[in-house]
Amino acid sequence: MRINVEDIFIRNVPGTRERLIKCRAGIAGCGGLGSNIAVTLVRAGIGELIIADYDRVELSNLNRQYYFLEDVGRLKTEALTDILHRINPQVKITTITEKLNPDNIGEFFSGVDIMVEAFDQGENKKWLINRWSGINNDIPLVCGSGVAGFGKSDELRTVKVGKHYYCGDQSSDMKEGLCPARVAIVANMQANMVIEILMKGKM
Amino acid sequence: MITVNNRDKLDWQAGMTVSDVLKRMKYDYSLISVYIDEKYIPEEEYNSRAVPDKSSIQVIHLAHGG
Repeated sequence: MRINVEDIFIRNVPGTRERLIKCRAGIAGCGGLGSNIAVTLVRAGIGELIIADYDRVELSNLNRQYYFLEDVGRLKTEALTDILHRINPQVKITTITEKLNPDNIGEFFSGVDIMVEAFDQGENKKWLINRWSGINNDIPLVCGSGVAGFGKSDELRTVKVGKHYYCGDQSSDMKEGLCPARVAIVANMQANMVIEILMKGKM
Repeated sequence: MITVNNRDKLDWQAGMTVSDVLKRMKYDYSLISVYIDEKYIPEEEYNSRAVPDKSSIQVIHLAHGG
């Protein structure tokens, strides 16, 4: 099938594809938050993503992460790259399969216009925010905090502090269990914030 | 007077640190991000960083799950 990739975006908000195609976003973690954020950003028209995760897809991921049965056992970064290219074959995806840490994150995500925190463990969220503040003070960081349980959509919010943004309820813990609806809402709140920040002053 | 999370008011005292504010607010959870007037404060500085009078402190809870 011969396609014009730009036709994917003819229903998008006018002006957004033209801007987003020039943007590069980093996503740390390709689980419930990261996989859904990546899919939304590609559908929104982003030009380039750097996605990082060292894990492989497991059956227990399929309740909320953007993977399929045939992906079980594959590296998440590879499975997600294929999925993203099935939406837009021209989007540029760089994958990182090493475990992220405070010493390698700056190098892996150098040159991004915006950074997205999409880890599941709070301890990892904490070091990423701390390290990102130290090395990339001017580059916005969009984090997720509080996605567990079901319902209570009205408790999900985005809090802006300087160039850091926190999406979620800031209180629910994954011990309560993770419902796909709430994880996807927060993932899309993060993606929506990324788009809003990247479009600022461009329309 | 200082403001915490755009909501709670605390009396300011000379020499008050981030740790003092967290204690006064009874925030004992370690997975947090702290900001003074929108500037991020690394955890290593909680015991030493002075909180200026009239400042706005933000404490963000980092909840597990993703």
